[in-house]
Amino acid sequence: MLPPPDQHSEDTLTPISALQHHLFCPRQCALIHVERIWSEDSATAQGRLLHERVDGGKPDRREGIKIVRGMVLRSLTLKLSGKADVVEFHGQQPYPVEYKRGRPKRHRADEVQLCAQALCLEEMFGLTVPEGALFYGETRKRTVVSIDQELRRLTLDVIADCRTMIGEGRTPPPRRTPACRRCSLVGECCPDRLEKPPSVSKWLLRQLVD
Amino acid sequence: MRRLLNTIYVTSEDAWLRKDGENLVVEADGKERGRAPLHALEGVVCFNRTGASPALMAACAEKAITLSFLTPEGRFQARVEGAQTGNVLLRRAQYRMADDPSRSVPIVRGIVTAKAANQRTVLLRALRDHGEKLETPQRKAFEDAEARLGRIARRTAEAETIDVIRGFEGEAANVYFGVFDAMLHAAPRELRFGGRSRRPPLDRVNALLSFLYAMLGHDCRSALEGVGLDPQVGFLHTDRPGRASLALDLMEELRPVLADRLALTMINRGQIKARDFVVDAGGAISLTEDGRKLVLIAWQERKKRELRHPFLGESAAMGLVAHLQARLLSRHLRGDLDGYPPFIWR
Repeated sequence: MLPPPDQHSEDTLTPISALQHHLFCPRQCALIHVERIWSEDSATAQGRLLHERVDGGKPDRREGIKIVRGMVLRSLTLKLSGKADVVEFHGQQPYPVEYKRGRPKRHRADEVQLCAQALCLEEMFGLTVPEGALFYGETRKRTVVSIDQELRRLTLDVIADCRTMIGEGRTPPPRRTPACRRCSLVGECCPDRLEKPPSVSKWLLRQLVD
Repeated sequence: MRRLLNTIYVTSEDAWLRKDGENLVVEADGKERGRAPLHALEGVVCFNRTGASPALMAACAEKAITLSFLTPEGRFQARVEGAQTGNVLLRRAQYRMADDPSRSVPIVRGIVTAKAANQRTVLLRALRDHGEKLETPQRKAFEDAEARLGRIARRTAEAETIDVIRGFEGEAANVYFGVFDAMLHAAPRELRFGGRSRRPPLDRVNALLSFLYAMLGHDCRSALEGVGLDPQVGFLHTDRPGRASLALDLMEELRPVLADRLALTMINRGQIKARDFVVDAGGAISLTEDGRKLVLIAWQERKKRELRHPFLGESAAMGLVAHLQARLLSRHLRGDLDGYPPFIWR
């Protein structure tokens, strides 16, 4: 299933989780994946615990469906790697299911993450993955996601942007948006001060005048 | 804003630290002496020959809790470090800037300007709090020193070379430590300041300052490592094997605010007394174990005090200032800021 890649291509794989961060905020993605800053708040801790529970579960079988948890995914053509919470096998057909702590959101980050998993599964198993699902902890509902052309295009665009940014080691400047309230890295990012920072040398001289 | 979490200081010599579930447990003489949940901890600092279990070390490394080992005098010995440290691009930017005077001089200028301005603030606060108790000539000396530090700060802010800036730094130190003893208005005879001495401290005030500087240096080093900077490559302090030069740089602007002012308060309020120090046969002075405990408690209390960060414009605990400054320096190195805004205390 997984052909051995050469060393170089394995080193340049983009983590699937970065796509979601990039859609949420490109700077957050760079702080995590370029600058290697991580800060846990209650939301990220709950998310981590949820995934530890989901990933840690044993493989099982339900109504003829084989369930694999914490499955490692990779695509060498898209240069992606990551882990799926759950891949169900409906017969031969893989069906990715991603667990989310919160509720369905307006932005499409969760769908893009699922689509990226589907694209990896397509390469790994050599067949089309037309559908997957997102399971939301707050609503306790499963939302079926169709891996359609529009979502595929969006996902490929995000993969390209994200790869370029991480490859260049670039961190975009901050922008204060409503999403900042939900960002665990807001203290490291300082959007209020760094969105339009003053000239530091002029600021310093002003501090010395009483 | 990052939260200030607790630091646990373990001073007893025979302590053993271990992990129990998600807790840190401190044992001594086979008995449990304390426990704390790991998620509420920022750091664990062990003096003496305290031991720690590998399970605890791994948990600290994973949760980015600084677990470090110091000598009783506060000299850094070792630190447990996990895999999750930093960004090689940031360190490369740091090295390039350290090698390029046209870019490192403005950083050094800011640090020394802030140091002189903060020394002046310490004097101003002493004048404000106890000025009426001073004799006229003493008061005059204070006011002169305050005015001179203000001038030095302004001239430093315009200095062009590292050597000139270093000259101003020395001048500021002479002026400031020249009136330091006069700020100890309520000190008994044994707790007077006889000029700065470090290796070894030759009076109790110097012993207290040295210990506080060691604690501050430890926090600065952790703050720099926490944002992924290399604490050994500095701008004002140049490379010397074994020296944490960038931690020393970051300390400069914070010494008056976090350490000097605390030393003055502890002595003037009688929180620390002559009996909290020991003198060895050669005349070197250090804190007793009880003395160290008193200082560590006062240090923790001071770190909890809130102030308004001059550049970020947000309120922050004093204990976070080193972290915030390390973050601002990294933002300058990564290009978000056109300079490093030093910490100026008002």
